[in-house]
Amino acid sequence: MLKLPIYLDNNATTPLDPRVLEAMMPYLTEVFGNAASRNHPFGWAAEEAVDYAREQIASLINCDSKEIIFTSGATESDNLGIKGVFEMYAQKGNHIITATTEHKAVLDTCKHIEKLGGRVTYLPVNSEGLISLEDLEAAMTPQTVLVTIMYGNNETGTIQPIREIAAIAHKHGALFMTDGTQAVGKIPVDVIADGIDIMAFTAHKMYGPKGVGALYVRRKNPRVKVTAQMDGGGHERGMRSGTLNVPGIVGLGKACELARLEMAADTARLSALRDKLERELLTLEESYVNGSREHRLPHVTNISFKYVEGEGLMMGVKDLAVSSGSACTSASLEPSYVLKALGLSDDLAHSSLRFGLSRFTTEEQIDYAIGHVKEAVTKLREMSPLWEMFKEGIDLSKIEWAEH
Amino acid sequence: MAYSDKVIDHYSNPRNVGTLDKSKKNVGTGLVGAPECGDVMRLQIEVDETTNTITDAKFKTFGCGSAIASSSLATEWLKGKTVDEALAIDNMEIVEELALPPVKIHCSVLAEDAIKSAINDYRVKNGMPALEESKAHH
Repeated sequence: MLKLPIYLDNNATTPLDPRVLEAMMPYLTEVFGNAASRNHPFGWAAEEAVDYAREQIASLINCDSKEIIFTSGATESDNLGIKGVFEMYAQKGNHIITATTEHKAVLDTCKHIEKLGGRVTYLPVNSEGLISLEDLEAAMTPQTVLVTIMYGNNETGTIQPIREIAAIAHKHGALFMTDGTQAVGKIPVDVIADGIDIMAFTAHKMYGPKGVGALYVRRKNPRVKVTAQMDGGGHERGMRSGTLNVPGIVGLGKACELARLEMAADTARLSALRDKLERELLTLEESYVNGSREHRLPHVTNISFKYVEGEGLMMGVKDLAVSSGSACTSASLEPSYVLKALGLSDDLAHSSLRFGLSRFTTEEQIDYAIGHVKEAVTKLREMSPLWEMFKEGIDLSKIEWAEH
Repeated sequence: MAYSDKVIDHYSNPRNVGTLDKSKKNVGTGLVGAPECGDVMRLQIEVDETTNTITDAKFKTFGCGSAIASSSLATEWLKGKTVDEALAIDNMEIVEELALPPVKIHCSVLAEDAIKSAINDYRVKNGMPALEESKAHH
């Protein structure tokens, strides 16, 4: 029997893998030491667990275990990476380049940098959600200290040309940072091959626990330093003070190990399920996939259903936990800024659903989701005056709407 | 957001979805809202000209559950009312009936406007003067 509702919002967060919980359990109970306590076995045991987790993480992204700085999650990692570089490299310049489709953890941090006197360039994206390398090249200046572009987008799954971006940043003497939150654990991310200097990521997007993330900070070629954003005991090579979240870190380590071992199989299965979902939903007229269908994460699809309103659609698909581009309130009707950056009109951006699949998503669930969404879209369109006008061949853009 | 049972009921079993023949002289059509704002409501009334009574009402709405429920409820209320009685329907009555939360009051305003707009269309079609803008909502 299929259990409802079905969770398809795995870009927001993933469930904890039971194997991760199992690995964490001893560190929530008997192995409770502070990893910074160097003078007794309780501390050593905790430190040993942390060191092991560093190795597991390093193996996944191909770095040295000493290059991992533990944080509370990707938001903190993004903050530490961007603010930390801005402060550390103030002598060199004050210019940062990012993209309009970044996560708020990056965009809002950049806004903060601007208040501090920094200059930020927000690169636009094309209809597939990809930045232009020419735009990036043109935006580089001698004052550019950091280029920060996300690996895979959280709303559309679009994967940026990371290696090319890194090469351009490096050619101009800037550091390259990426928000790897959605990509790490899902697709092969290799900080050496990709040319990544700094990378933010988190456990709870890859079947690990919430409240623990990491920042990869390159130690060689070049040696990267970031100014700590939190003062305290000088933990994590002085870059992030605070008692380590040992159970969380153990969980992140285990999640990375599982991701490394199971990524290929997960990817094959999830992309097949995603493709089925997409193929079936696209049989509905006037439905469109948002973002690149060539360069994207295997477990995500974002589909707009024209002439159906997003919040009404969300209510219609109540048996599915998905996310809508719509943030419909009477005070501010704000469609997704990411979809708008791709060039979608407000109404199309409103009527989109983001499906995020996980290791735990079954074919039975996808089959149910297909039927449920089709039914809701069809029903709402029968109720939609816009659909009726479209069917009658009326050009909706020519109508003078009584706006509210 | 948690919807009230009445909103859910109207959303799941909308009353009077459909289209009346707008070319008919005794049919008034109101179309309010805009696709970019996320709400478009079309409300139609059919009037018995001898009794000035609304004999039929239909709606089609592009919008959230509260917008669909507001327009569905409006059609229920319109049927059987005289045009003058229909004009007196206040959006706050819809808010109360559906227990709309404050952020969804807009949906009830839209429904009230759709009613007025439909009546206005009927009046103009039948040589009566257009209604004055009665209420400043926005």
